[in-house]
Amino acid sequence: MQRRAPIKDAGAEHRLFMNRLLLASLLVVLLIGLVVGRLIQLQIIEHDHFADLSQGNRVRIEPVPPTRGLIYDRQGIILAENVPTYQLELVPEQVDDTDATLQALIAEGLVGEDELPRIRMMLDNSQRFTPVPLRYRLEEPELAQFAIARPRFPGVDIQARLIRHYPFDSAAVHAIGYVGGLSRDELDQMEDTAAYAGTTQIGKTGIEQQFEQLLHGDVGHRQVIVNARGRTLGHVPGEEPRPGHNVYVSLDIELQLVAEEALAGRRGAVVALDPRNGEVLALVSTPGYDPNAFAAGMKPKEFRALSTDRDQPLFNRAVRGRYPPGSTIKPMLGFAALEEGISGLNHNLFCRGHFSLPGSSHRYRDWKPQGHGLMNLHDAITQSCDVYFYQMSTEMGIDTMHDYLTGFGLGSRTGIDIPGETAGVVPSRAWKKEKFSSRANQVWFPGETVIASIGQGYMLTTPLQLAAATAAVASRGVRFRPHLALGYEDSLEGTFHRYEPDALTPVAADDPIHWEVIINAMRDVMQGESGTARAVGMNAPYSMAGKSGTAQVFSVGQDEEYNEDEIDERLRDHALFVAFAPVEAPRIAVSVIVENGSSGSRTAAPIARVVMDKWLLEDRGGSVVDDWPERHPDPSRLARNASGIAAAD
Amino acid sequence: MATLFRENPRFSDRHPLGGIGQILAKLHLDGPLLAGLCVLCAFGLVVLYSAVGQDLDLLLRQIARLSFALIALLIVAQLPPDLLRRWTPWGYLAGLLLLALVLILGEVGKGAQRWLDLGVRFQPSEIMKLAVPMMAAAFLHHRSLPPRLTHLLVIGTIIFLPAVMIAVQPDLGTALLISAAGVLVVLLAGLRLRHVLALAALAIGAMPVLWHYMHDYQRQRVLTLLDPQSDPLGAGYNIIQSKIAIGSGGLFGKGWANGSQAQLEFLPEKDTDFIFAVLSEEFGLLGVLALLTMYLFLVGRGLYIAAHAQDTYSRLLAGSISLTFFVYVFVNTAMVCGLIPVVGVPLPLVSFGGTSMVTLMAGFGILMSIHTHRKLLPR
Repeated sequence: MQRRAPIKDAGAEHRLFMNRLLLASLLVVLLIGLVVGRLIQLQIIEHDHFADLSQGNRVRIEPVPPTRGLIYDRQGIILAENVPTYQLELVPEQVDDTDATLQALIAEGLVGEDELPRIRMMLDNSQRFTPVPLRYRLEEPELAQFAIARPRFPGVDIQARLIRHYPFDSAAVHAIGYVGGLSRDELDQMEDTAAYAGTTQIGKTGIEQQFEQLLHGDVGHRQVIVNARGRTLGHVPGEEPRPGHNVYVSLDIELQLVAEEALAGRRGAVVALDPRNGEVLALVSTPGYDPNAFAAGMKPKEFRALSTDRDQPLFNRAVRGRYPPGSTIKPMLGFAALEEGISGLNHNLFCRGHFSLPGSSHRYRDWKPQGHGLMNLHDAITQSCDVYFYQMSTEMGIDTMHDYLTGFGLGSRTGIDIPGETAGVVPSRAWKKEKFSSRANQVWFPGETVIASIGQGYMLTTPLQLAAATAAVASRGVRFRPHLALGYEDSLEGTFHRYEPDALTPVAADDPIHWEVIINAMRDVMQGESGTARAVGMNAPYSMAGKSGTAQVFSVGQDEEYNEDEIDERLRDHALFVAFAPVEAPRIAVSVIVENGSSGSRTAAPIARVVMDKWLLEDRGGSVVDDWPERHPDPSRLARNASGIAAAD
Repeated sequence: MATLFRENPRFSDRHPLGGIGQILAKLHLDGPLLAGLCVLCAFGLVVLYSAVGQDLDLLLRQIARLSFALIALLIVAQLPPDLLRRWTPWGYLAGLLLLALVLILGEVGKGAQRWLDLGVRFQPSEIMKLAVPMMAAAFLHHRSLPPRLTHLLVIGTIIFLPAVMIAVQPDLGTALLISAAGVLVVLLAGLRLRHVLALAALAIGAMPVLWHYMHDYQRQRVLTLLDPQSDPLGAGYNIIQSKIAIGSGGLFGKGWANGSQAQLEFLPEKDTDFIFAVLSEEFGLLGVLALLTMYLFLVGRGLYIAAHAQDTYSRLLAGSISLTFFVYVFVNTAMVCGLIPVVGVPLPLVSFGGTSMVTLMAGFGILMSIHTHRKLLPR
């Protein structure tokens, strides 16, 4: 108080303050008067009116959740639909002795003993007039059984509810995803929770998650007439809910099934793209799982079994799996060498089966110990000569390699329209500097360039990236963002909203002949006399191009031999193959990865062949979403999904 | 100095309440304020027990929160106003940093973000409810009043920097309440009439801008006030049902735990923001008047303390805390009976939930500290 400014006039300030305080008090009284006045108006003057409303008007407004939109494949085959299921419910106030009723239902075999704790908890926490579900998913025989026993169980009844159903079970589950119970956390994250009033499920992964807003629809409401104790007596219809829009995906379920069958029993992934627009034709990750189990409500035990499975069925290998690309990147590096003028067509090199950096005795081995002999770029790709690329990389340098490979889309997210994609790694000097904290680890070593040239070392790519990069080679540098959604059908109008393909920065070539050189070499991989995968491609009725790859899981010592029979199955090399066809005008690009499959050309290439055969020999390119108005003259077919509401009532 | 100031004999010697009074004085507690708070909280618990559907567990949780809040009051009351004033800038700065942290974490987490998880989850905006008026009062403490324009600009920044940070969380309701707490300090400091008018003009001018930045659901609430029937399921539903609850309560009410609107689940958020409607339905106009009287008593006692405070900081702070408390009461009651749009403001010390309760009680702790740490001036 001693530090007051000299001009401060304590007396005047106090008077001013008291003045304001008085003013504020008056305002307080005025505002309270306003509230009291309003209360008198509501509670005294209009009391009769509101008393009538609260007495006679026993109308509760209830949300009516919309029916979820359907998911179709490109041929118009349903991949996700809504089917009615029947559940057993008990209304507490209509049951005299709840315990006896439950025991009788257990004796009848309709309710499991282990369900009792859950049922009791729900009974304790609900209103006496709210139905409590006793059993979900009743089977047909159980429905019949209960129909007979029903007179003995007053207050217990069967309710129909719609649940999500995936008719192809585990097929394409990593692309389509699944719906599961809407959690408290998910609701908290929402801006407008009213839109989800009455909704119990939400898309958790894949298309179901990505297009949640389109698929969900708009909530409606109805008035429920209740008696004095709050029990439902009847319904008055209000505003109808708007069903969710139907999403069409570019997958071809038949192609998908063929690819899944070809990969069955192994861990791996297959991605097939249309190089002309980036449409994903098949997206396989094995092993898969049954999304219906999630949609119908999964027990924690079942989920734990899935999530701790050694083969990781929940893991989407196609977009999240990070694998060394192995030799599959050689065509792209060959293209880089041509563009950079490092390797002309007539540039020859003698392969003795190993390579050493100048001034070093360390031997980088070729997969063929005795060597390939005299090699040019074409031969080096068709026979997958490692030494040729070792030598080339020392001339090109890691940063140039990085620039070309990232230009093809490797090492970054492709931007596919399902969540969870990983970026992978295409190393460079700058990347290493950023990645490692210690000074000693930040230095880029020449040897690291050498192993990067055969897609080993730090380099990691996803199967989707490899497919997209292969599509870019196939279309001579033209690139599209890979996508699953073709568009959606408006649930009310019946019109189709198509998503246009999203063109990405193309890979430019100084001379178009560079494309033809490497594509020709890739063709000879499959259909030439000394190609690594000639056994797979030789007899095909159409032209195809490909490249095998083998990614090391287990590193072999400098003087040891890699002996397949001696090492554990899980430590064997990953088998990779990328391919596209027809060579002249490519319509499909495929990448295949078989974990621990040992040999790209022997294990992975046949799978790529099966997928391309299915697509090209059956000429499956079209889609029901082309020429939509002509194909769908009658919008009333939408009633199919909307009618589900009646079933749910 | 020691001869000039000594403890006020009213609190140390012959206290009117005798032994209890001496204990209260030792603990730096204000008897009337404490009694008023206890009566209000007890009444609040009675209403809440009915509103949560006679769930004893929930009631016990509320009691636990109340006890925690009372401990906060007790601690704050021990801190002399001079000490509070010296700490004020640091508290304000810490609050700003925490708000910035919430915004950064919110970017990562997507969607609304108000919580900060530092072992215990809490909302930094709660700190600001007290820190903003304290900072404004501390700033004006040494300056001559009424404040000059340059000082007003500084205070404007003190108030609106945190307010904007909270508004983008988005938590418009809290942002407005915090602004109100700060603006009240300035008004009490004796703002000149032309400044008041300019401020009012600014507020009216800001409305279209505010409207532009509102989320859809917030706009919906404003529109709903004008015509509740336009959206009977969404935003309008609350107001329709709450008016039925209040109106059907009449003069005497339907009786405790007997309100059909509340007990049959017609009334949404009946244990939190709309608990006033439960009270009105079950206890009638008389019950409501009783509650409003309790609130008025607390506000009145707070203003009395402000009038008897001995320095600018205490005076402005006590006035602002008391009037802000009244603003909470008014905003909630006016919202529930349909006078103003629905904003998420609970009925202070009655609604279920604990975050704001601690802040409110700490505010009352400050009032008590201001009143019990007074020095006897030689006159």
